[in-house]
Formats: sequence, structure tokens, C-alpha cells
Amino acid sequence: MGSREEKSAVESQSFAGQAVATRDAYGAALAELGKRNEKIVVLDADLSGSTKTAKFAKAFPDRFFNMGISEQDMMGTAGGLSLTGKIPFASTFAIFETGRAWEQIRQTICYSHLNVKLVATHAGITVGEDGASHQALEDVSLMRVLPEMVVVVPSDGFETKQVIDTVADYEGPVYVRLGRAKVPAVMPADYKFRIGKAYKFHIGRDVNIIANGIMVSAALQAREMLSKDGIDAGVVNMSTVKPLDAETLLEAAKGSKLIVTAEEHSIIGGLGGAVAEFLSEYHPIPVKRIGTRDTFGGSGKPDDLLKLYGLTAEDIVKTVTEFMRK
Amino acid sequence: MATVTQPRDIEFLKEQARTVRIEILKMLTQAGSGHTGGSLSAADIVTALYFYKMRHRPDDPKWPQRDRFILSKGHAAPLLYTVLALTGYFDKSLLGTLRRTGSPLQGHPSSKMLQGIEVSTGSLGQGLSIANGMALGLRLDDSPARVYCLLGDGEIQEGQVWEAAMTAGHYALDNLCAIVDLNSLQIDGRCEDVMKIDPVAEKWKAFNWHIFEIDGHNMEEIVNTLDEAEKIKGKPSVILAKTIKGKGVSIFEGKVEYHGLAPTKEELEIALKELGGNGK
Repeated sequence: MGSREEKSAVESQSFAGQAVATRDAYGAALAELGKRNEKIVVLDADLSGSTKTAKFAKAFPDRFFNMGISEQDMMGTAGGLSLTGKIPFASTFAIFETGRAWEQIRQTICYSHLNVKLVATHAGITVGEDGASHQALEDVSLMRVLPEMVVVVPSDGFETKQVIDTVADYEGPVYVRLGRAKVPAVMPADYKFRIGKAYKFHIGRDVNIIANGIMVSAALQAREMLSKDGIDAGVVNMSTVKPLDAETLLEAAKGSKLIVTAEEHSIIGGLGGAVAEFLSEYHPIPVKRIGTRDTFGGSGKPDDLLKLYGLTAEDIVKTVTEFMRK
Repeated sequence: MATVTQPRDIEFLKEQARTVRIEILKMLTQAGSGHTGGSLSAADIVTALYFYKMRHRPDDPKWPQRDRFILSKGHAAPLLYTVLALTGYFDKSLLGTLRRTGSPLQGHPSSKMLQGIEVSTGSLGQGLSIANGMALGLRLDDSPARVYCLLGDGEIQEGQVWEAAMTAGHYALDNLCAIVDLNSLQIDGRCEDVMKIDPVAEKWKAFNWHIFEIDGHNMEEIVNTLDEAEKIKGKPSVILAKTIKGKGVSIFEGKVEYHGLAPTKEELEIALKELGGNGK
């Protein structure tokens, strides 16, 4: 049926080793998934060009529903579709997805344990020029507090592709947090994503950095920089924030003096919150959280904003060395 | 697996509605709390759906071809529980556990706890969106099944209802029938005093719905309208049913305080006398 372009649009791409925006990997993964699985349906709230669900819409127009600018209705509609056996992916920008429609997600999707995949793009400060109104720094907290919800923050395009494939096969609500800007590839070619399983790049003797999303890349840079000062820093990609990989977290905490969390999100309630909650109860050791600190974002170039809000490798290094000096 | 028998027998349906009211009042009295007024106002409509119009199989609640019912005004849970019990989804004795700790009959319907409930509701304004999603999904599958969604008139003050109204009109969901229980009262008083929503019919019409305006206590009119709604093609239907809150019992009728108040034992006795039965 489709033209040559449409067919090539749904060809398999793994994104291994490729620098790509996670939203682009999502768009490609979704279109490919739609070809494999007729139960996949996609909903968007007038942002399909930006969230990249437009690729699916073009290939499978009958299974794509543009809901207009009405996120609350989108969540209920996605829930209803799931109740007829479909596997709905509902997408918009992260703040509208999780903030505007939070109670619909709670009441309709989580309370009934509906099989809806909430995949939001434009999370975090790297949204850039659009500024604070469009930069979700609270979305992980908002989703993590909901019973039944799984929360995943992939680090690169390769991981995103696997996350999308995996959550399509998982029965129940999932929130996947994606970004706007191109990000470097960080995960090795033999990496296999599993819900609730963190990836250990290295477990350090001095400090372990628990990161996700774009901050995995910053953590890996920080590890290099710290090693020059003789500090053995480990890096763990905790892409699933809920459920936390308790085993890996304990392993990282037990062998080191300090845990640092790093996320492109508020330190309140996100990955840093989750790790601090867990460790204070099961293995109390010092925890330092890298993230935005009880503040809104602002307009600017993504790289400038990362510096301004303290979300760089240098910020991680500074936090670690200051602790070590004490 | 038996699909519920559906005689077009108005006298039978009236008698069922009377039994439904009796059971609602008994369970509410036993529970000591719950929503009396809105359960009674919608009793005739929901009786007509479950005992006449809807194709469903109480012994096979997940039958794929079943018609779906979404109680968007989830606080009328006692009404839904009663018709589910009386049509055989579960044993009638369970009705006595309403609102008790651990009971599948939660204060507002929970689909995870009770079979026959399509989806959990209770937070107002969310049901029509869910019904739309079901209607879209069923249409994708070329299913003959229809979706019914019951809303309250206070409930349609919620903005999401109008997002959903827009969606159903846009996608021309003619396998969907919404019913608004226009009992004119909400917790804080008369709807027109709390937040005026009139004119209601024009609003639905403007979102490309086919409108029916009926007496929500006239069983023949309810049944005829449900039949007519099924014939409307190319747009969703909404039945605007004028009702009386607390209908069937004079001491509850039109009394706003019985929105969220259960009858006392003495009130139950009066009610049972008026309804002319001991609810055997």
C-alpha cells in the first residue's frame, strides 16, 4: 500500500552508537512497532511533528488519533482504547502529559491498571529556548508517586528503541521520558534493556554516580575526569526509576563512600529523591543530588542552560571532589 | 454462555426498576453512607439498559461482543451494583457489603475489585473520554458492540466532558450513546445556582451530537429512545433525560441533602412502604 518512502520509514533501526534525539528514536521505533503489531494505536495532542508520532500517523493513519489540544481527554481515550485490547501510546510534551492530565492518569489509567503507554518528549531543561512553561522538571516525581506506574528515563536513542519495544510487551501503565535535543550514544552495542534493571558501566570504590537520561553521558565524562585525580568513580544508568533496581543500588552503595545522583530534573522526588529514600532506609550513606534545585527553568541554548542549572560533568566532579576533601 | 434476555416489556421493566430502587435503599441503609439521590434518579434509565437494551453476558463479563456501560457519575455506584447483582454478575448477598473494608463494592466503582465494572470511575468528568476510546477501538475491530455512558448534570461542569464531546463529534462515534441524568441538583444546591449549565441541548448539538430530550422516568419513552439512538448514523447520540433526584420516595425527591446521604432505618421503612414492596 505505502509508497517507497513510507516503507523505508518503517525499516528497522537500532540506533546503536548513533547520536540522535530520543524523540527521533521513539518515532522510528513506534512506526516499526506498528508494522509488527496491529494492536498498537497512537494518540497525540497536536504535537505529532515534535513528538515524532507523525511518522506512525503517516504509515498507519487508521490507528492514529489526533486528539487536538486536549490532554485530559487524550488520557481517557487512550484508556478506553486499551479496554478494547489495543495498546495505546499517548504522547505530548512531558509537562502537559504528566501535569495537565495527572488526575486522569491516576484515576482512569493507574487505578484501573490500564495498558496505556505514556511516552512524553521535551522533558527537562534541554527543551531550550521555549523556556520554563515547556520544560518539565517535575514529571518523574509526578509519575513516580502513582501506584501501578512504571517510570523509565532512557539515556540515548539505542536504549529508547529498546524501551519502546519492551514496554509494548509489558501489561500495564508505563511512563517514558524523552528529550528534544540530540544526545550522544552512551550504551554499548550489547546492552539489553529490561524494566527495573540498571546498567553498571563500572562500580567505583570511592563514589558511584547513579544517573539517567542525558546525565549518563555527563556521568561518564565525570568518571574520566575524576580518575585523573585518582578517584575511582563508578557509573550506573538507572533508566528505570520505578521500580528501582535495589540490588544494583545496594551494590553501588556498599562498596563506596558516596552516592551521587544525576538527572535533568528537580532533585525533589525524581531519581535523586528515589535513591535517597531507598538508601536512607536500607543502607544509609552520604548522598549528593545533581539536578535542578526547587526552581523553574528558563529560555536559552540547551548547553548554556545545563551550565546555568549545574547539570554538567564539571558539576558532578566538583560535588565529588568537595566531598572527598572533607 | 447466555446473553441476557431482553423482552420489550414495559411493565416488566417498571417492575424491575421498582425492585432496583428497593435494593439500592436497603444497601445504602445498611452501609450507613452513600449517594441516594443520584442513584434513584438514574434508576429507570440504567434498568432499561441492563434489563432491555444492552447485549451482555453476566456469566461472561469480558465477552468481546458485549455492549459497554460506563458510569461516569461513579457516585451512583449502588445503582450499578444493584443491576449487576440482579442480572447475575454476582450474588445478591454481596450488596450488603457496600462500602465495608475489603468489600469489592467500593464507595465508587473499582474495575479491579468487581467483575462487570468496565473501568473505575468516581472522579467526575472522565467517563465520556473512556467511552470514546472504547467506541474507537470497537470501530477499528468492526465490532457491532455499542458503548453507553451515563453522566450527571452537575458533572458536565467538568471541562473534560466538553473535550470528550468534541472528540466524539469529530470522530463521528455513532456506536456511542451518552445519557445525561438531568436531576437539576448537585451537592451545594441547584445546578443553576451553583454553576449554570443551561442551555444543555444546544451545547451537545454544537459539538455535532444527535439530541434526544426525554422524561427519564417514563420507561416507554426511555426504551423507545434507546432503540432510536441505535439507528442514528454518522454522529454520536446523547439522551438528555429529565429526572427527579431521589425519584420514587417522596421524602427524598428533590432534596439536595440526599445527594450524599444514606437513608436511616426509619426512612427506609417509609420508603419501602411507598415503593410497595419488602424487596423480597
